[in-house]
Amino acid sequence: MPEIRVTPLGAGQDVGRSCILVSIAGKNVMLDCGMHMGFNDDRRFPDFSYITQNGRLTDFLDCVIISHFHLDHCGALPYFSEMVGYDGPIYMTHPTQAICPILLEDYRKIAVDKKGEANFFTSQMIKDCMKKVVAVHLHQTVQVDDELEIKAYYAGHVLGAAMFQIKVGSESVVYTGDYNMTPDRHLGAAWIDKCRPNLLITESTYATTIRDSKRCRERDFLKKVHETVERGGKVLIPVFALGRAQELCILLETFWERMNLKVPIYFSTGLTEKANHYYKLFIPWTNQKIRKTFVQRNMFEFKHIKAFDRAFADNPGPMVVFATPGMLHAGQSLQIFRKWAGNEKNMVIMPGYCVQGTVGHKILSGQRKLEMEGRQLEVKMQVEYMSFSAHADAKGIMQLVGQAEPESVLLVHGEAKKMEFLKQKIEQELRVNCYMPANGETVTLPTSPSIPVGISLGLLKREMAQGLLPEAKKPRLLHGTLIMKDSNFRLVSSEQALKELGLAEHQLRFTCRVHLHDTRKEQETALRVYSHLKSVLKDHCVQHLPDGSVTVESVLLQAAAPSEDPGTKVLLVSWTYQDEELGSFLTSLLKKGLPQAPS
Amino acid sequence: MKLYCLSGHPTLPCNVLKFKSTTIMLDCGLDMTSTLNFLPLPLVQSPRLSNLPGWSLKDGNAFLDKELKECSGHVFVDSVPEFCLPETELIDLSTVDVILISNYHCMMALPYITEHTGFTGTVYATEPTVQIGRLLMEELVNFIERVPKAQSASLWKNKDIQRLLPSPLKDAVEVSTWRRCYTMQEVNSALSKIQLVGYSQKIELFGAVQVTPLSSGYALGSSNWIIQSHYEKVSYVSGSSLLTTHPQPMDQASLKNSDVLVLTGLTQIPTANPDGMVGEFCSNLALTVRNGGNVLVPCYPSGVIYDLLECLYQYIDSAGLSSVPLYFISPVANSSLEFSQIFAEWLCHNKQSKVYLPEPPFPHAELIQTNKLKHYPSIHGDFSNDFRQPCVVFTGHPSLRFGDVVHFMELWGKSSLNTVIFTEPDFSYLEALAPYQPLAMKCIYCPIDTRLNFIQVSKLLKEVQPLHVVCPEQYTQPPPAQSHRMDLMIDCQPPAMSYRRAEVLALPFKRRYEKIEIMPEPPPRPAQPTSGKKRKRVSDDVPDCKVLKPLLSGSIPVEQFVQTLEKHGFSDIKVEDTAKGHIVLLQEAETLIQIEEDSTHIICDNDEMLRVRLRDLVLKFLQKF
Repeated sequence: MPEIRVTPLGAGQDVGRSCILVSIAGKNVMLDCGMHMGFNDDRRFPDFSYITQNGRLTDFLDCVIISHFHLDHCGALPYFSEMVGYDGPIYMTHPTQAICPILLEDYRKIAVDKKGEANFFTSQMIKDCMKKVVAVHLHQTVQVDDELEIKAYYAGHVLGAAMFQIKVGSESVVYTGDYNMTPDRHLGAAWIDKCRPNLLITESTYATTIRDSKRCRERDFLKKVHETVERGGKVLIPVFALGRAQELCILLETFWERMNLKVPIYFSTGLTEKANHYYKLFIPWTNQKIRKTFVQRNMFEFKHIKAFDRAFADNPGPMVVFATPGMLHAGQSLQIFRKWAGNEKNMVIMPGYCVQGTVGHKILSGQRKLEMEGRQLEVKMQVEYMSFSAHADAKGIMQLVGQAEPESVLLVHGEAKKMEFLKQKIEQELRVNCYMPANGETVTLPTSPSIPVGISLGLLKREMAQGLLPEAKKPRLLHGTLIMKDSNFRLVSSEQALKELGLAEHQLRFTCRVHLHDTRKEQETALRVYSHLKSVLKDHCVQHLPDGSVTVESVLLQAAAPSEDPGTKVLLVSWTYQDEELGSFLTSLLKKGLPQAPS
Repeated sequence: MKLYCLSGHPTLPCNVLKFKSTTIMLDCGLDMTSTLNFLPLPLVQSPRLSNLPGWSLKDGNAFLDKELKECSGHVFVDSVPEFCLPETELIDLSTVDVILISNYHCMMALPYITEHTGFTGTVYATEPTVQIGRLLMEELVNFIERVPKAQSASLWKNKDIQRLLPSPLKDAVEVSTWRRCYTMQEVNSALSKIQLVGYSQKIELFGAVQVTPLSSGYALGSSNWIIQSHYEKVSYVSGSSLLTTHPQPMDQASLKNSDVLVLTGLTQIPTANPDGMVGEFCSNLALTVRNGGNVLVPCYPSGVIYDLLECLYQYIDSAGLSSVPLYFISPVANSSLEFSQIFAEWLCHNKQSKVYLPEPPFPHAELIQTNKLKHYPSIHGDFSNDFRQPCVVFTGHPSLRFGDVVHFMELWGKSSLNTVIFTEPDFSYLEALAPYQPLAMKCIYCPIDTRLNFIQVSKLLKEVQPLHVVCPEQYTQPPPAQSHRMDLMIDCQPPAMSYRRAEVLALPFKRRYEKIEIMPEPPPRPAQPTSGKKRKRVSDDVPDCKVLKPLLSGSIPVEQFVQTLEKHGFSDIKVEDTAKGHIVLLQEAETLIQIEEDSTHIICDNDEMLRVRLRDLVLKFLQKF
């Protein structure tokens, strides 16, 4: 029985280290290749030895697909391709291909230069890895090989994020990566057509939440920022260079313009400026509004937001600073935090999720006394958390399942407890099977693939001539010969098959003698036979020919008088093997004798 | 399968393909050469143009002098310029299901089709095609509406009058179908019917046909199209290029195995080498500017201009011209320059990698930043303040009949220091210049047409090997002006089928197969009638003759057959030889079996058991089909 098998190596009942193996119709595809933010040891990367113990990964995997540039989806890629060893194709969208190596390099620098880790992938490995990448367009059907094809759909979430359809023949799987179903300040909403996959693998980060409207959260955010600068305080917003940072900048930029505010807004330099440039050049990937107005005003060219210099942190008076990284675990954001933390007028706004162990996580969980480089730091500034991460909520996930109409759903990238809730909801409300395997656990789904066959037009027309028009989606029985040649299936009429194979037909004919008691002349016997058959076989073509014989379809009946007994007539019934049912029926019918003539 | 040919212009095609009960329009190009018969629309009142004498017949009859004006021996229509539309009567255009657009030059007739024919279908095009196509239309509408002209001449179009006119008006074709330009409202409505597609995207039409755009290498987002069912394939090649300019390279491999390849949009200047033309362009430009003259480049607001700016970017410094201002004047100049920078995915590999850095893919961003290139919506406003001479001006329209270019022709035409350089190949430059004669300005003709030439076409056809080629008639003979150049035509086997405007071609297709799906499970027993066949029968025993028995093949070796009969308990068997085979007699059962090479005939009494036993023994020796 054909089947689809799915095994998460990461993101099974967990957030982080997304990596899912899919086997479909004999093809093996790896979806995402992420790292885990919460670990610094081996658990950081997926366990690729699961795929194959001693063979080469390239021999086992037909392709690797990366959904977007977040490190929990692509962070293990250079390790996987250059250190474990994979030389096959890696598919991602153009913006992902552009941005991914920059984030990988950034990640490498922090791990190696700051934390001093050895045996980590090198800059050269990142470059070599990126050489294996094949960029895909949205909606382009990419033929990985003769049978396996993939297609990207817009996913929102971050610039260049995509959902992927993986298809072999009539079997298909859709993997969503991370997505959001509502457009935000800079990106559009995810969209997929009714592609009816066998399986939809969806993220479920916000499986239990129906989030309040984005507008409210935005208003809240602006109010807090505004209040702080009004009373002369400084606002620190730790962000990652790409993604939320741009959304928040657009938000503040438009607010500043509307309110005619003069308080300076700074963006920590380097990567972030570069990041804005990516958004400018990949305008077609942003939302409709930005795309429409970019000629008049490129939304990523900020008037109010200026580059930050570390000396500015000591300037008196209010200001707003976006600084990297987002979890306050190192770098500029942490430096500024240390300077400003002691003043209760100031505020730090954490716009995203923080991993355990980071300063961000500590202050969000209420800790106000921190130990830093051997010195006590008392946090007097206000600490706020604002969820701006762009994932679909429960409603959005249900909406996407409704759009794609899969046969089954499989949940990844979420917490087990929350998944359980969503699983029930999907099974009850949408009546679709739902799975939530843990890492290393395999889900097997039987499939019933269709077998496409070319039918010769002659055979098809013969079927049509019988008055039976093909009905959509209803099976029907058809006689023909299936010719398999070069993995090409053709269904032709038996006559054509014989001809193509250079064979002659062998005709098998039967003639049976049926004895009838009838004293009348042969012609009259034939006539009686004719009217009898005519009355029984209403749906058949019964004919009385001028030479006195009777035909039923192609079965021939002839009456003759054996010389010795004038009271008996012999009826010769003759038919071919192809008319066997009818011939055999006629002989047994006639054996019972003819009905008494009315006269 | 039929092809309805609605346009006679080989590079501005409009064909309708009927294929498997779908009606597909391939491009809707607008032939604008008709405007060459009209007087230019000056932006600023031109005493010269408004004082041209009216034209009168040889016999002095001057009833047309309001409509027709004479300039240096040429006669022009003094009216709002009009365009030659594709044929609208050959086929009911409301039955068109979809329109496939191959590039932004080939969609200029779209509003006429979608807004005035009852069309209710969908238009498919790539994003750059739509965006730049919109800019071209916007510019066109702007050029024409900016100079309102009260007069709309129609008298001259009368067949009896047209005969009396001098050439080329006399020979102008289909004048009754010529129409004025559409409005912006019609443009917006037409563009709203477009659905965006990406290269290699498979689009299903009614489950019968699949269409796919492929990169054609000619312009940003330009595509060729594959139209295929499961067993038939038509390739539509329109405006393709194998040169490395800015767009993504042409996808040739996907055109393989076509039953029919429709070939349009070849180069209009088969004898000119685009690279050489670019070199000439630069040197003529430098020469003029060094002598203190101005250079006018009539052009479209997108396309080759990007390449020219890139060449100048590299050239001006080395030529010591970095202080000469470059002006780009068009209502859509800014949009065009901005849009060119955001279509990374549709660009050639080199430009794509620049975006990954991230840097703008085209160097005109730097020209703008360093103030070497300035762009303006029109000559009015800021431009008049900034204007410095000598300079280089890029502006439209290349027909020289409307747009800011008309002003520069009037302004600079009188001085031999200035030069006009024609780079767009769509209009004959001599005809374009006719209403400006006499002219002192230098005229340089450097047409840059990157589309396929005949050598490239024959190589392409050898590569992709279509069964049949269909093309405009112009491609099946050498150009009229170079009738000895037998190399300037399509050479393929079998010879290409050619079409001309208003012709319907039956395409040579042999449909042999259709796709069905078979179920992996074995079928239900034939004895049980399948559901869906509801039949009332007098006797339920009457067999259904629609259940087909297989055909048989093979032959029966008599000796082995007799042995088998004996093994199965028949005795008293006699075999007689006949002319064609044998007769096996089962005397006891009064049964006779005639065996020949290709037939077997069993003649027996009405004993069904016996017959079935004999049948099964015979079938053992035969193959079923």
